[in-house]
Amino acid sequence: MTTTAEPTTLEFGKARTRKEDARLITGRSRYTDSITLPGMLHLVVVRSPLAHATITGVDKSAAEKAPGVFGVYTAADLGAEGIGLPCAWPITPDQKAPPRPLLASTTVSFAGEGVAVVVARTAGEAKDAAELVEVDYDPLDPILDMEAAAQDGAALVHPDLGTNVSATWVFDSAAAGTGDDVAAAISAAEADADSVVVRRRFRQQRLIPAFMEPRSVVVDPNGEQVTMWSSTQVPHILRTMTTVTTGIPESKLRVIAPDVGGGFGGKIGVVPEEMLTLLVAQKLHKPVKWTETRSESLLAAHHGRDQIQDLTITAKKDGTVTGLDVHLYADMGAYLGLVGPGVPVLGAFMFNAIYKIPAYKFTCTNVFTNKTLTDAYRGAGRPEATFAIERLMDELAVELGRDPLELRKQNWISHEEFPYTTVCGLTYDSGNYEQATDRAVELFDYAGLRREQEERRRNGDKVQLGIGISTFTEMCGLAPSRVLGSLAYGAGGWEAASIRMLATGKVEVITGASGHGQGHETAFSQIVADQLGVPFEDVEVLHGDTQISPKGLDTYGSRSLVVGGIAIVKAAEKVVAKAKKIAAHLLEASEDDIEFNAGQFTVKGTGQGKAIQEIAFAAFMAHDYPEDMEPSLDSDAVYDPENFSFPHGTHLAAMEVDTETGRVTLRHYVCVDDVGNVVNPLIVEGQVHGGLAQGIAQALFEEANYDDQGTLVNGTFVDYTLPSAADLPSFTTEHVSTPATSNPLGVKGVGEAGTIASTPAIVNGVIDALRHLGVKNVEMPCTSQRVWRAIQDARGTATQETPVDTHSPGAGLGSIDPNNPQGEIQ
Amino acid sequence: MIPSKFDYVKPASVDEAVRALVDAGEDAKILAGGQSLLPVLRLRLAAPSVIIDLGGIPELRSISEDGDRIAIGAMAPHHDVMRDGLVTQHVALLAQATATVADPQVRHRGTLGGALAHADPAGDLGAVALALEAEFVIVGTSGTRTVTAADFFVDYFTTAIGEGEILTQVRFPKYTGWVSHYEKFNRTAQAWSMCAVAAALKVDGGTISEARIGLTNMGTTPLRAPGVEAALVGQAATAEVVRAAAEHATEGTAAPSDADAAADYREHLARVLTGRAVLTAVG
Repeated sequence: MTTTAEPTTLEFGKARTRKEDARLITGRSRYTDSITLPGMLHLVVVRSPLAHATITGVDKSAAEKAPGVFGVYTAADLGAEGIGLPCAWPITPDQKAPPRPLLASTTVSFAGEGVAVVVARTAGEAKDAAELVEVDYDPLDPILDMEAAAQDGAALVHPDLGTNVSATWVFDSAAAGTGDDVAAAISAAEADADSVVVRRRFRQQRLIPAFMEPRSVVVDPNGEQVTMWSSTQVPHILRTMTTVTTGIPESKLRVIAPDVGGGFGGKIGVVPEEMLTLLVAQKLHKPVKWTETRSESLLAAHHGRDQIQDLTITAKKDGTVTGLDVHLYADMGAYLGLVGPGVPVLGAFMFNAIYKIPAYKFTCTNVFTNKTLTDAYRGAGRPEATFAIERLMDELAVELGRDPLELRKQNWISHEEFPYTTVCGLTYDSGNYEQATDRAVELFDYAGLRREQEERRRNGDKVQLGIGISTFTEMCGLAPSRVLGSLAYGAGGWEAASIRMLATGKVEVITGASGHGQGHETAFSQIVADQLGVPFEDVEVLHGDTQISPKGLDTYGSRSLVVGGIAIVKAAEKVVAKAKKIAAHLLEASEDDIEFNAGQFTVKGTGQGKAIQEIAFAAFMAHDYPEDMEPSLDSDAVYDPENFSFPHGTHLAAMEVDTETGRVTLRHYVCVDDVGNVVNPLIVEGQVHGGLAQGIAQALFEEANYDDQGTLVNGTFVDYTLPSAADLPSFTTEHVSTPATSNPLGVKGVGEAGTIASTPAIVNGVIDALRHLGVKNVEMPCTSQRVWRAIQDARGTATQETPVDTHSPGAGLGSIDPNNPQGEIQ
Repeated sequence: MIPSKFDYVKPASVDEAVRALVDAGEDAKILAGGQSLLPVLRLRLAAPSVIIDLGGIPELRSISEDGDRIAIGAMAPHHDVMRDGLVTQHVALLAQATATVADPQVRHRGTLGGALAHADPAGDLGAVALALEAEFVIVGTSGTRTVTAADFFVDYFTTAIGEGEILTQVRFPKYTGWVSHYEKFNRTAQAWSMCAVAAALKVDGGTISEARIGLTNMGTTPLRAPGVEAALVGQAATAEVVRAAAEHATEGTAAPSDADAAADYREHLARVLTGRAVLTAVG
């Protein structure tokens, strides 16, 4: 194992700058849209502007005559009326999952749904012609409110289903035998003068993943294997699902995810445009490219979150939590995404978080509406769960008059109690919440800021200070295949790796985890350099092409290191075992007498030895090798984890709220995360910083808004407000480590940590700043206007809110002309 | 994203530009820095047949002293304006407001004239030009005319620039020795102003002798706040005086209501920000 080598020679733990960055930031990258093939055509999707309507006619004639146009096709023209994109996660046996059509034929179910495609010689010609396709719609009333949609008698998104409820999924700790009955806990608390019951409703607003590189697909139908390049997180899943969807034999399809510019879950789906590009390329026998515009991406790529959470927590007056009941509505949008219905289920096991809660029940109702689909977005279910419990802990602390940090400490699993089996039946292998929290409190100067807060309150300062607290843990490293099987997930959770020792001693590492900005190439090279004792620079990491990496389950859920990385370790162990046999043979020693250290095979007690590169060359030459083996060191491994990994951390935010304007400013943010052993601290820091920015953005900046007609009103980056570096302070991030015991490297996932913990920390801080003024809640995002209104309401000085024109300006515009709300320039 | 097809002309002089504009008819658009026009073209909210790029006329970028005025070429990029010594010395408010426009990339491409001619009421520079009583030099086939700021801004995205005319220069009176501040309120650092207040004051021995207050995004055009100005002049620059004067900020405004800020909230902001702008200016 690496930990026995000389510390100075170890790659593990070194803060290396990422080897892939030179290529990515100097333009020597290869993104899907950069691929130009001879004779390639361009595809543009004609999208419905209406959320819900019957299609009464599609007139293609003008578009077909436009310059450069090869064809204009509806689903019928492509023979695609019977093709539907499947959902891979039937969370209940009776889940309603209408297949998502590639193009709407009779009814459009959300604004942005495709109705036809235009194929032309250039992208500009395709776009010009797309504007000439005339689609006639009979508008239908859109179903937009998930809670109303779930009630009996509601108008239906899919009338043939007879309901808007896709599925209701329940976890009950009493029924599972992992805990007590929560209904009994609530009645007991209600009847007990020494207990409290706190009920709250929180909203998880709809977010847009907003990856940097818009989605793009190129399909080349030439050759024995059709080749599909896609800006996807999941090339392997895409290949399998393309077969399932279109019937093309899996062996006749090669999928390549070249350089991919971010995903955050937003590229985990298998989307109509991928299938359409394939069908059109096959039909025309020419390579075809589709690249979405940013507006299309915001409108039609899947969204995230969008839940209503009804929560009941019970506790003894001494602070001991006795029960937690969770009821969710989750807005699926118009169809189910690939894993969309499972997103709330991933959260179900995390509402109890780091706490010892004896009774727990989770009920989720997944609902169809006439909106864009929702699916995984960084954290997928776990940020929502963490938000709920961490907001509740603050609410409970207020109810009980306790310090919120002390109350958490009273209820969390102490470090002596690991491994600990939770009320959900998960076994947390390791962790030390005291250690992370103590360090965070010290870095933050918790006591000093509490004093300042007290002073500002006393002086009635215009700008008040709030202290936001959040702890978190998450189940990541998706996932033990048997657990996924028990949840009816449509795949396993293993990962594959191969290592090829080249004749010259260089090493190729093939991983099924398809990176898209995480730093896989660097981190995996560090691991292999240690495992094989070769220079970091001699390791090449290959991924994202089903011809090179035929087997894999790709990248999401903070799984790459804790599943994919371990598969690489297992493959490396096999390489070393094979090399040892050859070394023993060449050194004329018994295998038992060969020691391997830092790339050298030596005969115990002698100076004799050979480097792994020499062995690789000997295996290549194959002039002299043991008779009972093949002349090769190359090895494959598939690793199926036994358990999830459970990173955790404590996050503290100092929030300043200007009570005159409602402006919220994040003054200082401290987080101390425990992600186990760290392969590359620089990458961990980058993941935490990016995650924090996204989580803080949910708390303060982002929301996908629909108007009452089901139109996405913030469909450009002018009005879908992402924060930039100018909106965020420098973060103080540190890590502590209790190594995971569930894998040989002791590592835990880090990709989602910052996103999960930061949202509740920020909102708790905002409310803490205003609690003494009577403010009890502010919905996300906590915009200045929302905060100002909350203060006015609490003071009883609220004025009549002026009606709002929900159209937001877009494009280069800062204002809307009411006479010209679409902003068309005359 | 790909705009509709258009012809592109890059004239080398203002005369040539005017001729090109007249030749193209009403379907032409002038391209200055392109920071508003290009997104609109790419979203196909506009589909002009001809784009006339003023980027090939170097004299439109000049910033110079012209007697008691500072004359700024319409094509001077924001970055040049905010760093120019003449501007920072004599029209400090303009430099201060320009420094808050969007981000460095936009400020390097975007121009003073382009922003003012676009006349988005959420844009920052209109309120400054109005408060500082700038003059707009407009050239057309019939020659050159000068329009006051009060007459320049007509409505949403509409100015006094007529068909076949081009804004070539903006002339600011000198406010040497005045104190000023631009108080901007937006959702994120790069976002348009939800509301902003431009304040320039002449203070003599602790008494405000002259005041100019401009409001951003409080109506269909940039607005002056004459009530505030009147309440400040002749008064000592104290917090109480300023607070009372700021109460007049919304007189004559017609604040828009959008998803970021309903009108009542905007009006509240205008009063608060007016107070802050004036107090920050007087230090």
